[in-house]
Amino acid sequence: MKVANKKVTAERLVRDALEKAKHFEDYHIFTFINEEGALKKAREIDQKIARGEKVGRLAGVPYALKDNFLSTEGETTASAHILQGFNSPVTATSVAKLEAEGAIMIGRTNLDAFAHGSSTENSYFGPTLNSHDKQRVAGGSSGGSAVAVALDIVEFATGTDTGGSVRQPASFNGIYGLKPTYGTISRYGVVAMASSTDCIGFFTKTPEDMDLLMSVASGQDSKDMTTLPDYYNDSVYKKGPAKVGIIKDFDNDSVHPEIRKALKNKVELLKSKGHEIIELEMPALKYGLAAYYILVPAELCSNLSRHDGIRYGFRSEKSKDLDALYENTRNEGFMPENKRRIMIGNFVLSSGFYDAYFLKAAKARTLIVQEYARAFSKVDYILTPVSPNPAFKLGEKVDDPVAMYLEDVMSVSLNLAGVPGLAIPAGETKEGLSLGLQLVGPRRSDKALIEFSKELI
Amino acid sequence: MDIKREDIIHLAELSNFSLPEKEIKSLQTDLQGIIRYISQLDELKVDDVEPTYQVFEMENVWREDEILPQEADREALLALTKEEKDNQIKVPKVL
Repeated sequence: MKVANKKVTAERLVRDALEKAKHFEDYHIFTFINEEGALKKAREIDQKIARGEKVGRLAGVPYALKDNFLSTEGETTASAHILQGFNSPVTATSVAKLEAEGAIMIGRTNLDAFAHGSSTENSYFGPTLNSHDKQRVAGGSSGGSAVAVALDIVEFATGTDTGGSVRQPASFNGIYGLKPTYGTISRYGVVAMASSTDCIGFFTKTPEDMDLLMSVASGQDSKDMTTLPDYYNDSVYKKGPAKVGIIKDFDNDSVHPEIRKALKNKVELLKSKGHEIIELEMPALKYGLAAYYILVPAELCSNLSRHDGIRYGFRSEKSKDLDALYENTRNEGFMPENKRRIMIGNFVLSSGFYDAYFLKAAKARTLIVQEYARAFSKVDYILTPVSPNPAFKLGEKVDDPVAMYLEDVMSVSLNLAGVPGLAIPAGETKEGLSLGLQLVGPRRSDKALIEFSKELI
Repeated sequence: MDIKREDIIHLAELSNFSLPEKEIKSLQTDLQGIIRYISQLDELKVDDVEPTYQVFEMENVWREDEILPQEADREALLALTKEEKDNQIKVPKVL
């Protein structure tokens, strides 16, 4: 990535990014443009460089921030009406780390409200358009961030991945997207969806950029008790022939033929480079999606109970008493998909249904964890599609929640198991839609995934 | 299982939503579809399997019980509310 120096100023980099953001306004990528703040920071960095002072590894690099990361620049809305007007007094740890290295946020990006969705159509502000075809969805939930990078507006963007929200939009837009090992990057200051699967990740144009960002953002945070001590910067990648698994259960007619072909091409490429391909049977994975759409709503209905209109964000004004205030605020403030998920969460946790749904899903999760452990006793990596289809048409699935959920069938099991996955570009369809695959590894193999992905270029 | 109109109203109560009539109808259809889908876990034999609630590999992360400086003070937090009076958040009548 281009970093500011004596020849190229941070102000130039930021101005270029702001101009491009304006040029691509019709894609509806940003919920907030940080023009004044970004230029001020850029000038400060340029002054430091002029004085010969040391600057960070990301000095003057413009980036886009998914609008569910808290910071003091712009309202943090998570693209939800109920958070409109929320000017956070605190900054997410991940944002603070990026900015300490000199990265400059030029805008906040659109998402499915509260990251509930796979297309960015559930945003209160309307959908983001796909970088390759404006009639199609950007993917989601981090759609705005993916398109900002794919259209080359910024060098990188942040995302959150609870069930595929980084990897799927990355693959719908032809770029890299990493969901790290659970606990690698602090979740402090990020609007919570499902605490046991939420991961902070990034979108980049190259594996090298991904490596740099991981090196900056990884590590333990006293404000997030589920962060691992930094293993990323101590990871050693051993180059050489690897064993790569492909999942037989994912190679069938339910997967788009051009995605199957892209996988086949990459498998041939790996073989030609001396890597061994091993077919895996992972039958428990097919239950991943059902388990996910029980466990995640259960966690998110609890996390979203804090949005009551009392302490911050939107408050419905037409309420006579406190109960009505809660109900009206939540009814007006949440999107239809937020309501479905909250109600499903309350359903699976209700007495009488807890054993049949929540407990059973938690047990299915154990089978998935075990299945990945078995797989990684035989192979170093697994290569699979990210989603069964390339980017679909706007409006095609938005009124059919189950059809939308099925788009996540190949991505969610990683989150349930806590293992990392890197979405990589894998060519385009005949119509010019981007195709993506994901490289999956055991826990803490993030560095190896990024390095090994270079074998797939 | 069948999701009835009363089930939707009960779940809306648990979720603190005041649903207008047309939302009740569409949610009934949507939730029925979702519950039909997630019910496929019935196929699984998991009686002897221990549940997994989290995949973080560390346990009991302790910290000292001490007061640390915070980014946001009382004033900054109260500034986020719609109405405040005497250092407290003002809400409509409770009873």
